[in-house]
Amino acid sequence: MKAVITVIGKDQVGIIADVSAACARFSVNILEITQSVLDAYFAMIMIAEIKDLSCSFSDFADTLSALGKEKNLEIRCMHEDIFSSMHTI
Amino acid sequence: MINTADILETIQMITQENLDVRTVTMGISLYDCVSDDVGRLCDNIYDKLMKNAAALVSTCGDLERLYGIPIVNKRLSVTPISQIGGAAGRDGYVKIAKTLDRAARDLGINFIGGFSALVQKGETLGADRLMCAIPEALAETEMVCASVNVGSTRAGLNMDAVARMGRVIKETADLTADRDALGCAKLVVFCNAVDDNPFMAGAFNGCGEGDCVINVGVSGPGVVESAVRRAGNCNFSALADTIKKTAFKITRVGQLVAYEASKRLGVPYGIVDLSLAPTPAVGDSVACILTSMGLADCGGPGTTAALAMLNDAVKKGGVMASSHVGGLSGAFIPVSEDAGMISAASSGALTIEKLEAMTAVCSVGLDMICIPGDTTAETISGIIADEAAIGMVNGKTTAVRVIPAPGKTVGDVVEFGGLLGHAPVMRVSPVSCADFIGRGGRIPAPIHSLKN
Repeated sequence: MKAVITVIGKDQVGIIADVSAACARFSVNILEITQSVLDAYFAMIMIAEIKDLSCSFSDFADTLSALGKEKNLEIRCMHEDIFSSMHTI
Repeated sequence: MINTADILETIQMITQENLDVRTVTMGISLYDCVSDDVGRLCDNIYDKLMKNAAALVSTCGDLERLYGIPIVNKRLSVTPISQIGGAAGRDGYVKIAKTLDRAARDLGINFIGGFSALVQKGETLGADRLMCAIPEALAETEMVCASVNVGSTRAGLNMDAVARMGRVIKETADLTADRDALGCAKLVVFCNAVDDNPFMAGAFNGCGEGDCVINVGVSGPGVVESAVRRAGNCNFSALADTIKKTAFKITRVGQLVAYEASKRLGVPYGIVDLSLAPTPAVGDSVACILTSMGLADCGGPGTTAALAMLNDAVKKGGVMASSHVGGLSGAFIPVSEDAGMISAASSGALTIEKLEAMTAVCSVGLDMICIPGDTTAETISGIIADEAAIGMVNGKTTAVRVIPAPGKTVGDVVEFGGLLGHAPVMRVSPVSCADFIGRGGRIPAPIHSLKN
């Protein structure tokens, strides 16, 4: 089971560190990171393994969303199934 | 493997193009609640609804966060009440409606449908009393939705019921006159009503359905509109392909949510309804899909053809994305709930006559249309009869949900708020049909009903 974490917002120091720390806190293993900075805007897509997630998915998603609000970033955490359902037959 | 472009496309659909799951509707059979004592019947209904749907809202909340997609409405549909309340009098039916409303409020859901009667061939005593009770039931409840099926391709049209529903709509408008006839927004008159419709106001859990079932209605007019705009100036074959691919993606979300909700709630999955359901929000309009195809406004020449192609392409794309498709499945054209329709009706580009033509090629019918408050019951019955005839002859579902707003006339605006939106009062033909409606009896079923 994997989660897709996306982060969009103004570039600043420590974005990856903050998201990674939240993942580590809930036993989420980061598998892949794609990131770019365009015109001072930061965009990152992170694929993470959530089989050992130490809380409910909702709580994890809420934690990341709250972290995003605190840092003025938009952080979304979605189960991989929505992407595979929509884009594969 | 998921690729970056797919991830970004999905997120754009949700955040910028209003992609959502419009409704997760739990259908619940109430046959086992029957009692000859109205008080006991109401207790049985309340207990069963509270037991079966206790986790509906919280489960939908969990799924919203799991998949990052809004689930806008959580609803219930129940057995047509006329089929279980036969022993109740008119007041008993009002009491049942209040019980449904109380359960809906206590469960935290948005609407409950099924205060309904199926009278396409004749009225039982229970159906007769329920139809008597509809105006008061809708005036005294908030979340209860009513529907009456007055015709079908197999049975023909029950013109006594058509005549009566004109009067019921007028009475409902009068009893909710202080709220711009809001009661009429919760009342649908059908031909060929379906048993597994998850959308309001016409949802009920038909007699062939199981004890409890999950039906899901998808949405996504904004996503289709964006895809059509991106497709640019292509020909109709390419345009239809674009819509099909988009509908596939939208429907897959509905299928995923339906499957997971069914698993978590321990309730069988029924169907996904492949409908394009608009809201009054900007960028969530079926009318705007039509204009993005090249029409200057919705309602002009070409509108029916554009809608026919849209409706067909949505079904073709959606049907492969879901294991069971049902409900109404097609594009909805409710005037007050669609920003593009509101605008076209206000400018005069869209008339009731054009809307009637459009209903021949899309899902359902004349929906959320405000008409002058002094429109007679017979004229409303004439509108219902025309719409039902389209459904009967074409073997499709059609419906009428009109709001004769008391004291309002052409050009006035009726405001309902929320998903029900607002709408200008539209002109109705002044030509009388009173003698026609006054005939009574049944219009026989068409020859092609004899399929066996």
